[in-house]
Amino acid sequence: MRAVRLGVSSLLLHKLRSFLTTLGVLFGVSSVIAMLAIAEGASVEAQEQIRQLGSSNVILRSVKPPEDKVSNQESRVLSYGLTHEDYARVAETYPGVKDVVGVLEVPEEVRSGSLSCRPRVLSVDPSYRDVTGRIMMEGRFLTARDGEATASVCVLGYEVARYLFPFQPAIGERIKIGAEYFQVVGVMYPRVPIGSIKRDPGTEVGGEVFLPLKTGQRLFGERQVKIRSGGMDAQEVQLHEIIIAVELDQDVPMIANASRLMLTGSHREKDYEVIVPLELLIRAQETKRIFSIVLASIAGISLLVGGIGIMNVMLATVTERTREIGIRRALGAKRHHIVTQFLVETVVLSGCGGVAGVVLGLIIPEIVEAAGDMRTIVTLEAPIFAFGISVATGVIFGLYPAWRAATMDPVEALRHE
Amino acid sequence: MSALPDEEPSGGVSVHPGQGSAGDTETVAQLEGVSRVYSMGAEEVHALDDLSFSFGSGEYWAVMGSSGSGKSTLLNILGCIDRPTRGEYRVRGQAVSELDDDELSELRSKELGFIFQSYNLIPQLNVLENILMPVLYQENPEEGIEERGRVLAERVGLGDRLTHRPAELSGGQQQRVAIARSLINDPALILADEATGNLDSKTAGEILELFDELHAEGKTILIVTHEPRVGERADRILRLKDGALEGIEDNRR
Ligand SMILES: Nc1ncnc2c1ncn2[C@@H]1O[C@H](COP(=O)(O)OP(=O)(O)OP(=O)(O)O)[C@@H](O)[C@H]1O
Ligand SMILES: [Mg+2]
Repeated sequence: MRAVRLGVSSLLLHKLRSFLTTLGVLFGVSSVIAMLAIAEGASVEAQEQIRQLGSSNVILRSVKPPEDKVSNQESRVLSYGLTHEDYARVAETYPGVKDVVGVLEVPEEVRSGSLSCRPRVLSVDPSYRDVTGRIMMEGRFLTARDGEATASVCVLGYEVARYLFPFQPAIGERIKIGAEYFQVVGVMYPRVPIGSIKRDPGTEVGGEVFLPLKTGQRLFGERQVKIRSGGMDAQEVQLHEIIIAVELDQDVPMIANASRLMLTGSHREKDYEVIVPLELLIRAQETKRIFSIVLASIAGISLLVGGIGIMNVMLATVTERTREIGIRRALGAKRHHIVTQFLVETVVLSGCGGVAGVVLGLIIPEIVEAAGDMRTIVTLEAPIFAFGISVATGVIFGLYPAWRAATMDPVEALRHE
Repeated sequence: MSALPDEEPSGGVSVHPGQGSAGDTETVAQLEGVSRVYSMGAEEVHALDDLSFSFGSGEYWAVMGSSGSGKSTLLNILGCIDRPTRGEYRVRGQAVSELDDDELSELRSKELGFIFQSYNLIPQLNVLENILMPVLYQENPEEGIEERGRVLAERVGLGDRLTHRPAELSGGQQQRVAIARSLINDPALILADEATGNLDSKTAGEILELFDELHAEGKTILIVTHEPRVGERADRILRLKDGALEGIEDNRR
């Protein structure tokens, strides 16, 4: 305790220098915590997004093949992507498949009264909600009966509902999709938590509108026409997505591979992709691991720099105080007293830097979150780890100067000017 | 610790003050053929040259000699801050060369009170803190040691300067702080290098009276001085010339 008081008092004698020395550690520690928080936030967010795709799903998706073969045509119909045949084959042949959901995208505008927007309009099988794990906010999702009856009903995503019906409940209202009228039977929670959506509602509305697959096919067909400057761009896609829900997670890779094989066999072009959220998840975790290693290295380097700063200052201090050391030694101080005195000084320095760094490191993520629309997560370990490292830095880089001080010859030290 | 081999030193002038009246004083310090040589490249400076003498407990010695005659060097060796190049120095019979660094520190802390020629106060500490500094390195500091520090400051006439820094004191005042500091651990042997050099005759007189009192309390005192007036108060005067022992005068005879 006496040693601590001694160390602190001699640090206070050089306030500016102590403060500047501390800065190195402060920034090292705070940047480590902030970086870890941002990395953790990004990683958790990525993993959540992947999980929302459904970790036990395999998603087959139509992809427009490269256009270079058929260029310069004023108007044409490009036919590509997944087919009803693919759908049937997947639904019939695979064991261990719980559900198969077809998705057809309808490129139409959605209107209600004078308001209009362009969300994704998806014609889906009724088990879509179940397979993607989405949750209803109000009303119901589409049912098998809707499909059989090709009923003109739809379910709105929260964003669309809020945009089209800002002042009244959407359920029971009629909306117009393209030239067709639909009745709203349910509103669904958005994918990402509402809190982090910061979109200007006037310009573009995200979210989705869901119709029964059969209704979509009947009313809008499979030919999607887009008017663009210089002509029309028509494409024919039978299904935009086939979502395969697998019974057991362990079967996911097998079914993913089987799907790839099946599609390679039946498609001449690579006009599809196979997305396996589980694989993405594993890859995301691997990425996170590498990221953590890189971060740890950066943290190590920054604290090394801070530590060298401390060592530099302490060596200067030792030289400057050679005479004081000689006096103390001559009046009875043992080597370990001198070592302790200097070590306490460095540890107090780095410890203060560590505490300030932890505080700053907790504040920075808040600022990033508020200003950068970025998710950050400060884990409990990060500050503890960073603070521990800073103190260890103080000890390690303080040892040599302290040893130098303690092994000086008392007479020589006394003669030093 | 107190057992002392009663052997005759190897060379030089040898004086055993306690020898005549056998066993009435215990020998505190004994030098046997002690030399201290500084090598400056090719050149060698013999700051102390084959010195042998010893002094007993409770004695009051003055060391005199011209400037550069090796007085401070001798005191450093007696104070266990420096080691002899040749020869043996024993404290209470214990050869200093056989002690390790920690044991030497402990010896300095427990037995010795050192007053430096150049005061050697710590500039960042105030008067009281400077006086109490050696206490930090004591194993079990006694109760009320701070009070003792105040009393000592009072005794050297600095009771009203306790919170001043050395830079705010005159040379003589700094010297008195150094004296108070040397006494804080209640040492058996006090080594003073020019303790009155910077003091006016009145203050110097007070300090010398303090030494007389300490002497009366039974402390062993060895003081380096240029002034014959100071030397006269001591029991014995050891005269150095070019690092060699010129002679020892006994004032009490
Ligand atoms: N570190 C050193 N290196 C070389 N020579 C030294 C060293 N210290 C002292 N000397 C030499 O040793 C001799 C004795 O020095 P010392 O300091 O003991 O003298 P002194 O008797 O105390 O003198 P003064 O009365 O001026 O204080 C001197 O000639 C000095 O030059
Ligand atoms: Mg001298």
